[in-house]
Amino acid sequence: MIWDNNFAISVFPLLLEGLGVTVQITLLGTLLAAVLGLVFAVLRRLAIPVLSPVVSFLVVFVRGTPLLVQAYCAFFVLPAYGVSFDALTTGVVVIGINYSAYMAEVYRSGIQGVPKGQWEAATALSLPGARTWGRIILPQAIRTVVPMLGNYLIQMFKDSAVLSAITVVELMATAQAIGSSNFRYLEPLTMAALLFLAVSYPASRLVNRLERRYAPQH
Amino acid sequence: MRPSTEPQPLSVGTALAPEAIIRFESVSKNWGSNHVLKSLNFEVSPGEKVSIIGPSGSGKTTILRILMTLETPTEGLVNVDGDVLWNVTAGQKVRETRQLRETRRKIGMVFQQFNLFPHMTAMENIIEAPMHVLGMNKAEARERAADLLNLVGLGKHMNHTPPQMSGGQQQRVAIARALAMRPKVLLFDEPTSALDPELIGEVLNVIRNLAHTTDMTMLMVTHEMRFAEEISDRVVMFDNGAAVESGPPAQIFKDPQQERTRTFLRAVLQH
Repeated sequence: MIWDNNFAISVFPLLLEGLGVTVQITLLGTLLAAVLGLVFAVLRRLAIPVLSPVVSFLVVFVRGTPLLVQAYCAFFVLPAYGVSFDALTTGVVVIGINYSAYMAEVYRSGIQGVPKGQWEAATALSLPGARTWGRIILPQAIRTVVPMLGNYLIQMFKDSAVLSAITVVELMATAQAIGSSNFRYLEPLTMAALLFLAVSYPASRLVNRLERRYAPQH
Repeated sequence: MRPSTEPQPLSVGTALAPEAIIRFESVSKNWGSNHVLKSLNFEVSPGEKVSIIGPSGSGKTTILRILMTLETPTEGLVNVDGDVLWNVTAGQKVRETRQLRETRRKIGMVFQQFNLFPHMTAMENIIEAPMHVLGMNKAEARERAADLLNLVGLGKHMNHTPPQMSGGQQQRVAIARALAMRPKVLLFDEPTSALDPELIGEVLNVIRNLAHTTDMTMLMVTHEMRFAEEISDRVVMFDNGAAVESGPPAQIFKDPQQERTRTFLRAVLQH
């Protein structure tokens, strides 16, 4: 099979559209994962009876099962129980929850990294718990884990291709569809790979810079 | 025994001995089989400046940490300013009560490692608790913080963050931060131990000023013997989880009654 430039150019706009969906999934999914992960990490640390163990189990469960299985369950099994959303929404929620489990661990390491003296100073000043978390602990914890969260964003960007399996028309699904309807896979799949790279490579350079910037100051 | 727990007005200018502002009654603290405090009885009068000396591991820091509620006693009663801070029977599970939280507000602490909030300016460090614990408005909190920064000689550093300041400056901000909560009791946990030698003086000057100009009760754990001698009303020697000897600084340093105190002072004053 020889590369066909005209065909490649003709399908490029379609692939760009697919890339747009992939970026959209990644941004929304990361937002969901970052917020949920933070909530999970704090809940686990607070050691609330019942709630904290449930969260811990959820994190273990999500980390211990493949993303693809989770996506299938959410898209093909849950509707039988009356929970049904369109593919894109389901995809964003599934990948967001999946990554929240990993990000919860990242936040946990960040929270653990805050010196004990910071908690003690907050106690000595009688700061309420919410204020201690919101103003003292989390700003310091999150600062140190920003680069790690960035790495997960890049990973999610690539992992979102899995969602093509539940009919989300993102970059990978678009390339596949073009391939199967034209019986030419070389151009769409090659270009899809290059488009993934075109985004993830600069993004990982950016994360490297963040890593240097947020390096511990001591 | 004086009659306890009766609320009494702080006696000003009376001949009666004032009710203790800090009282430890049979307080023990165990870490596993290690008995850090052994049924300690200990009192501090209102306005008194007390220095606690003794070898490391003698339990002296634990006293401050129990008062600041950073540690839970294994057993015993701790009263602060007429209110129960801790009342623990052995084996009992201790929870943080409202009573404890309210009593804690009367106490402030200056830490060995300063423990300033590194992501906040000196000003923000100081106004945080007055605004969000005492409910002070921002303008008033800032005005008072500025006064306190001037008091510790750092009026020009209000917008600096801890990483931009020397250890001595950080510790002075930490003192200002504790003072902003208007504590009745201020605890100092080896406030100069983490400092380079040339920065110790500026911090001691601030503490000395406080000792001489306020009627705040001050309880200090320190290794600065000469400083303790100079500013304290009373010095307490701790060893092995118990107060071995207590008295005016002149007596403790010049004429200690206990052999343990003598050997300790001989060892530390040689350097």
